[in-house]
Amino acid sequence: MLDDFFLRALLAALGVALAAAPMGCFVVWRRMAYFGDATAHAGILGIALALATDMPPMPAVLIAALAMASAATALTGRARAMDTALGVLAHSALAAGLVAVALLGHVRLDLMSYLFGDILAVSKGDLVTIWVGAALVLALLVWRWNPLLAATLSPDLARAAGRNPRHDAFGLTLALAIVVAVALKVVGVLLITALLILPAAAARPLVRTPEAMALVATVLAVAAAIGGLELAFAFDTPAGPSIVCTAAGLFVVTTALAGLIRALGRRTGTGAVPRTDG
Amino acid sequence: MSLRAADILPGPVPAAAPLVRISNLSVVLDRTPVLQDVSLTIARGEIVTIVGRNGSGKSTLLRSLIGAVRIAAGDIQRDPGLRIGYVPQTLTLDPTLPMTARRFLDLPRRAARGKAEEALDRTGTAHLARRQLADLSGGQRQRVLLARALLGRPDLLLLDEPTQGLDAEGTASFYRLIETTRRDLGCAVVMVSHDLDVVMAASDRVVVMGGRVLCDGTPAEVGADPAYRALFGAAAPGMAVLHRSGDDLHPAAGQPLGLRLAE
Repeated sequence: MLDDFFLRALLAALGVALAAAPMGCFVVWRRMAYFGDATAHAGILGIALALATDMPPMPAVLIAALAMASAATALTGRARAMDTALGVLAHSALAAGLVAVALLGHVRLDLMSYLFGDILAVSKGDLVTIWVGAALVLALLVWRWNPLLAATLSPDLARAAGRNPRHDAFGLTLALAIVVAVALKVVGVLLITALLILPAAAARPLVRTPEAMALVATVLAVAAAIGGLELAFAFDTPAGPSIVCTAAGLFVVTTALAGLIRALGRRTGTGAVPRTDG
Repeated sequence: MSLRAADILPGPVPAAAPLVRISNLSVVLDRTPVLQDVSLTIARGEIVTIVGRNGSGKSTLLRSLIGAVRIAAGDIQRDPGLRIGYVPQTLTLDPTLPMTARRFLDLPRRAARGKAEEALDRTGTAHLARRQLADLSGGQRQRVLLARALLGRPDLLLLDEPTQGLDAEGTASFYRLIETTRRDLGCAVVMVSHDLDVVMAASDRVVVMGGRVLCDGTPAEVGADPAYRALFGAAAPGMAVLHRSGDDLHPAAGQPLGLRLAE
């Protein structure tokens, strides 16, 4: 049954959605979108590494993403000029990766598939890697959920309870690198951040607790994965961007819906939906 | 731990062994010495307020008590089994993070239902349990933060500028809550504050910081200390202009309650 390439694509997209949505909540809460970009762009460097050493691509991407995430953490841990530092890292990694892939490519490589994903070429082996990676990310987030939340609100709050927020931050970095590695084949390095933040942002107006946000984001991510793939088939559009477009559409719908309910609530005097702005 | 009569009486409580003994503590942050040779003991049940100008190491001293800063020299001895309740100075309340007051009490450990309700009741925030933290007023949020810190039945309550951004009434009412809490739970309280007039009325001990301990003593002693006068000026409130009655904080006539430390 897994011989059907559409089914394989669907399973790959679902696996990535399950890991990316809750991970994306932390990316949004901790304002790590640019950090996610830097880590994702390092994926191209990972492809170059795989070409240079004959490694399989996914572990190579994982190594590159981890190295980048660690470098970004070290560089931005103290200084406040994070935006610039992350910008330098993100774009340098992307450019250097593209140059390195061109220099190392013995056969002509389809760069587009690394930049925007090649979900229809997902193999059974890829599927296993994607689901194992997704399960690892989910397990880590569930296991460390409360300490991670505390460290997100206030590192000192975690410290006072005898926890080291740096360990939790490293756990998130590791999880992010795994998401990048498993998502590369599905949406490509340029759209991984979109897959992280769009479901979380779309879920935000509908929820009142962090757990609800992670759950709703996951449901929306799964819907975007299925809807996006259907769209890609129906209109012969690239799969990764179609999934992201669907997620963006869901964001517009939930935001408008929450605004509408709030407006109605104001007229009738019952604020049923929490405000979303600061 | 059973409550002794001394624990629930207001006022400084002499105890055989201090909760915390800081000896010759020095802290260096980014190669800048922030604390130098600080020695301080905290006794069970006393309210100690740390005052000083910005950058005088007040917050660093408090954060060193929770183990959040690296110690360059000296040491901190804590009573074995010491339970600390911590109210941080700032909370990164990103609007994208939904968080009700009740859910916040479960961080970083889940709170038993009865205990959470008790803590909310004690701080007068039971009616806010389902509200979003981001939607609360400054005073309400501080009370929820305090409720969370009380969950573990702390022996030592640490508060970093808990009344920052509150108006005079909110400040006075928060200090009353601190004193009631101390009386009911018998915990020691160490806080950083800029509200000199309330501090001088509501503390058992005042510690004036300036990278090191400039002076340390009862409000009367500190108020008369030349170091305190030099730092905060002749207009700074001392005990002479304030009196204390029960839980209420009454500034003497003509003394504005909102007087704050000169930056």
